[in-house]
Amino acid sequence: MTTHKLVDLAKTIRSKNAGTDKITFDIIFRNSNEYELVKKSKAITKETMAKLYAIPISRISDFVEYDPAYAIKFTIYRNRPSGSAGDADIFGAQQYAPLMDIEIQV
Amino acid sequence: MTTLKIICPNGHLGFAPLKVPSFNIGVESSPNYIAADSGSDDVGPVPLGTDTSTSPKSWQKHDLEQMLLASRKLGVPMIIGSAGDTGTNSRVDLYVEMIKEIAIKHKLNEFKIGYFYSEISKDFIRNKIESGDAILGLDQRENLTLEQLDRTERIVAMAGVHPFIKLLEEGADVIIGGRSSDSAIFAAAALHEGYPENHAYYLGKVMECASFCAEPYGGKETILGEISQNDVLVTAMHPEQRCTVASVAGHAMYERSNPYFELVAGGTLDMTHCEYEQVSEKTTRITGSTFKTASDFRVKLEGAAKIGERFIGMAGVRDPYTIEHIDKVIQWAKTQVEDQFGTEGYEVHYSVFGRNGIMGDLEPIKHTKSHELCVVVQGVAPTKEMAEELTMIATRQLFYARLPEVKGTAGSVSFIIDEVLEASPAFEWSLNHTMSIENGLEVFPTHMTTAGK
Repeated sequence: MTTHKLVDLAKTIRSKNAGTDKITFDIIFRNSNEYELVKKSKAITKETMAKLYAIPISRISDFVEYDPAYAIKFTIYRNRPSGSAGDADIFGAQQYAPLMDIEIQV
Repeated sequence: MTTLKIICPNGHLGFAPLKVPSFNIGVESSPNYIAADSGSDDVGPVPLGTDTSTSPKSWQKHDLEQMLLASRKLGVPMIIGSAGDTGTNSRVDLYVEMIKEIAIKHKLNEFKIGYFYSEISKDFIRNKIESGDAILGLDQRENLTLEQLDRTERIVAMAGVHPFIKLLEEGADVIIGGRSSDSAIFAAAALHEGYPENHAYYLGKVMECASFCAEPYGGKETILGEISQNDVLVTAMHPEQRCTVASVAGHAMYERSNPYFELVAGGTLDMTHCEYEQVSEKTTRITGSTFKTASDFRVKLEGAAKIGERFIGMAGVRDPYTIEHIDKVIQWAKTQVEDQFGTEGYEVHYSVFGRNGIMGDLEPIKHTKSHELCVVVQGVAPTKEMAEELTMIATRQLFYARLPEVKGTAGSVSFIIDEVLEASPAFEWSLNHTMSIENGLEVFPTHMTTAGK
């Protein structure tokens, strides 16, 4: 068994607003091999994502393993709507970085 | 026509200019329509609240000019949705005027401009609430209260295909839309030409962000969508870009919480059973999408409420001891603000870049590794005078923070300027709700005018 970082397995790791009240995260793989490896590792689940971002599971609105695009996708509720004073990422586009270091046991 | 071709050069017209070379390639493919969305709620609530655009006029006009000249040369309709970032009435009027100016500049022959408005008066919504027709909250929001409505500065509704189709039926050569669903702009053209809903809405969904459905990544490049009775084809126009199964399927999930469903006024696009097939190097074919008409006709509402006037201050920190105790430094400054203004009636926010400035509480790295920090201070208050003084205290008092062991006793922070900057007022998204309407035209009045001669 070897350990890989998610950043080395995924083609795309990104975050972006999904409307004014949510941020959605996409992890997209080049092919089904890498996608299935990560799915089977159970390293990315609702529970592990809640733990990584230190939020209650109730703040995760959706968690989808999206086979057509070899992608894992989850969405969280913001504490305040995007662009409220004090929000330093009004597009939600820089919230994905912690995903890159997730360790996947293969 | 056995197929209909639409090109889209920009996923948010005005926010950054379209790239002319790939647009020209698209134009040479003889499209039947040229269309683009110009709006986004990503820009935050300030443009809607202040009724302004975040996009510069010159970029908006650049893209409108490119699209108008191509559409008049080919003799095909041009459609714009969500004019000027927000799709308010003033943004629609602005774009209609720009189209007229471009027509004069280029001495274009007369053509018809159809346009529609999407703003909703607060009285209209108040009547709904008072008659028991609840304005339902989205994304776990409470239903709209009268108090929340009163605080709100401006409201737009998200149009579906209906006003676009009406204007096409009336012979519009150019359509400038108020706030509208991105996909509706393209779907309307396909529906007007007799293509089925199942494919028309998917066509809109895949085209709305232009080259974001292609790879390698590169925005503002033109794509070509082609719909038949049986499928949708999407092709990248940029010589180096391709629409692949992965890039197209991947785009279905972009900016939405669920990759399978897209809700628009009047129904839902279901992409659960979509099948993707690479038919040539640059083209992917999509089948299997379905559209379900809603039994209850509801439109999404967006509204922005003013919180107050806003100033911004900035300070840097290099002393490692001060970095370690940055929270105490900020607490000192907050206490000085409270001594002057009390604890209520204003907001002060600190973003500590170099620690968790971008992610705030979501940041998993708790121990600061940086050798320097930038603290951005935002002060919000009912008047400009108060916001300025508030932000000045909240920023300058960082300089005078009292840390017991600090070696540097001549100032705790660095400044790039010894002043605070006036920013846009602070607004918040006060409406992310849905409202029932009679039909898809009820709150979207359409108009027709002419341009050129």
